[in-house]
Amino acid sequence: MNWRRASIAGLFVIPVLGLFIYGLSHDPHDIPSPLPGKPAPTFALEVFAPGQPPLGRPIGDTVRLAELRGQVVVLNFWASWCLACRDEHVTLSEVARHYADKPVHFVGSLYQDTPNNGRQWIAEMGGQSYPSVQDPHTRTAIDYGLYGVPETFIIGPDGLIAHKITGPASARAVARIVDSLLASGTPGKGAP
Amino acid sequence: MNGLVGRAALLITLPFIILGIIAVPVAIKRGRRDWIAIAYGSVLANFLLVSAAAAAMIVALVTHDFSVSYVAQVGSRATPLFYTIISLWGALEGSILFWGWVLSLYAVAVVWFNRERPGNLVPYSAMVLLAVSLFFSILLIGPANPFHVVFPVPPDGPGPNPLLQNHILMGIHPPLLYLGYVGMSVPFAFAVGAVLSGEAESNDWIRLTRNWTVASWGFLSAAIIAGMWWSYDVLGWGGYWAWDPVENASFLPWLTATAFLHSAMVQERRSMLRVWNLNLVVGTFALTILGTFLTRSGIISSVHAFTTGTIGYYFLVFIGLVLLTAVAMVAGNSDRLATRGRLDSAASRETIFLLNNLFLTAFMLTVLVGTLFPLVAEAVRGVKVSVGGPFFNRMTLPMIAALLFLMGVGPALPWKVASRADLKEKLLPPLVGAGIMAVIAIVMGIRNFYGFLVFTFVGYSAAANLREYWIGARARRTAHGENWATAVVRLAASNRRRYGGYIAHFGVFFVALGITASSSLRSEREATLKPGDTMSVYGRTVRLKALWGREEKQRSVVGATMEVIDNGTVRATLEPRMNFYPTSQEPVPTPDVRSGVFGDLYLSLVAFRPDGSTATVKAIYEPLLYWIWFGGGVVVLGAIISGWPTTRRRSVVPVVIASSNPARDAA
Repeated sequence: MNWRRASIAGLFVIPVLGLFIYGLSHDPHDIPSPLPGKPAPTFALEVFAPGQPPLGRPIGDTVRLAELRGQVVVLNFWASWCLACRDEHVTLSEVARHYADKPVHFVGSLYQDTPNNGRQWIAEMGGQSYPSVQDPHTRTAIDYGLYGVPETFIIGPDGLIAHKITGPASARAVARIVDSLLASGTPGKGAP
Repeated sequence: MNGLVGRAALLITLPFIILGIIAVPVAIKRGRRDWIAIAYGSVLANFLLVSAAAAAMIVALVTHDFSVSYVAQVGSRATPLFYTIISLWGALEGSILFWGWVLSLYAVAVVWFNRERPGNLVPYSAMVLLAVSLFFSILLIGPANPFHVVFPVPPDGPGPNPLLQNHILMGIHPPLLYLGYVGMSVPFAFAVGAVLSGEAESNDWIRLTRNWTVASWGFLSAAIIAGMWWSYDVLGWGGYWAWDPVENASFLPWLTATAFLHSAMVQERRSMLRVWNLNLVVGTFALTILGTFLTRSGIISSVHAFTTGTIGYYFLVFIGLVLLTAVAMVAGNSDRLATRGRLDSAASRETIFLLNNLFLTAFMLTVLVGTLFPLVAEAVRGVKVSVGGPFFNRMTLPMIAALLFLMGVGPALPWKVASRADLKEKLLPPLVGAGIMAVIAIVMGIRNFYGFLVFTFVGYSAAANLREYWIGARARRTAHGENWATAVVRLAASNRRRYGGYIAHFGVFFVALGITASSSLRSEREATLKPGDTMSVYGRTVRLKALWGREEKQRSVVGATMEVIDNGTVRATLEPRMNFYPTSQEPVPTPDVRSGVFGDLYLSLVAFRPDGSTATVKAIYEPLLYWIWFGGGVVVLGAIISGWPTTRRRSVVPVVIASSNPARDAA
């Protein structure tokens, strides 16, 4: 065994492996979004899936961001063809129910999909506690700079985007952000 | 059902692989040759089982079985059949399955073609290939399992990534790439086999390894060119190479494999560079695994993927094991394998091969550093950077120019030592070629230093390589009285390795000229046109005839009908389009190209008014661009001529006859 050669090789190999371990712990797609801290783009979108009481809204109703000023808004973009959306579906419904008596409003926005597919998916996945809206020509998704689904935007009572979650949202992450917004912000007039 | 078959096949193959890996050392240590048959049986079983899994996946894709997770991820009812089938390699899990299948195919081929070879090299090589298969099988039942059950079953899927269902080359480039990439496992297996069986000291394994490397190298070359062609045809910017991490990943092992194909000759002829060759073979394999890791683990930004999961850590462990094997193997044997021969003279073919290896290795390290630098920058300084064309071009152009020059000098010089007269006789005449190409470069308008250098060096080296053909063919003419055509063909047939290699050189010359001319003389215009308006680029006039739109099953298409006008008559009609896929925000550009010997006219639809009143069109003219694709074909032809297996039974008699009378008569 030529130990000198072996150690020289090791000297090169180990830092490279270390670099890769570092690299794997960081997501290269996690490019800081310029949106947090900016005013949330407004939208007025039609409900196609009503959700369940007490959070439900009738089909055909229009959800307007402007009317939700003073509340925390959790806007989740999803699609029936999106596998990762399944991972967060139950979680989001439960978190929404948890905040039912607080000034927090959850909205699902269907991305590149048909309302029929969306409704069928919701039924198969065991229902959705909050309403979902359709986004014709993905205008709102474009306004929010959507990169893919799922993405979740949390908008503060002041109408500014507080946080963006890329990929499936976890209950803990959503709750932490919503709680801090409820605690720090002046939650406006509160729930009607 | 498909999911069940796939999962079962991938699970059942594991014990076979493990059995095969254990059987080889047991067979050799205990002298039980019959156990080797067990190992070979495992190789076959693994191939059949992975084939079954791949077949199950294809059936699932074609029948839109969305209960299979991979189908739910890349399938869609609206996708045409062709793109549905080839989406087998359109995303992470499927591509790993395809990797595993190609590897199992190579293992069967290695065992089959070398089954009568005496010694322990082939059994050990089979063991190594099974060990690599084991890694991919673990990926397939673990982090890259494409056969997860999806319930409730979705009614439809998103379809493949739009960029991957927009061009026919999606069906050609990836399989070629895998054949090239995975094929580099075979030389690695032979190298480990040679060391374990104690054959590393003989040069016989190098000959065997070289032939398999030529095959993989040919596939990889074809794959790289096809990839360039694809990006040229689909991305709409008129370019074909952007030093993107994924492109670099395919290029890195190509560079070391090219170095090996040259340095292997030095070992065969002069018994030198034995440790170095071991390094190159192992390094090439490590680079293919590294490339797969970089592009599949999500460590460096590539095509959209949220759930990369844990696959990167598996790769890291495997890379660690490969490098550990490599270090142990090289360091453990380097004293025994230390060079016996030595360089006789600086003016010899060996020296040129050494320089060639030096430049190719430096080239590889430069590209590797550039590719990994963003990662280093983030780790050290916490900043996001990207390393692009300017770095790579500035760093690699001098090396490319030097390599092009060496490609002419190497074939001209004799082994061992060249006398002063040799040097004069061999190296001066090709200067005529250099002069001719220098004039052509100036006339064409190439004014940048490296562009001019590339043209001149290509002229020199092409003349030198042509002259080798001419000298050989002239000798045959006088010796056998053959006409020129017969003499050239028989000359190449008499030493296919050498003359096939020169043909590959010519391919590289075409590619070099194509890249240089198309990038230095590129001319680009962009204009917003109303129907009937014209624009011109590089003296070519195009007119917008109409802007149109139509709905297709899986997409909507907007296109511009453009006429190429020459002296008032319409010469050709081009239709650059934009394809809109439902799952993608961005349209996929689909430029249209009119290729010619002298240059390509490339039209790309950039924007349009929805009412059809105007279209913004980018028109690019790129001289000699088609030469890149043509040259790629020539490279592959050279690889085929050089690497096609020799028939086993060699007749001795004709050789005797051939070398008897005519030569003497002529002399």
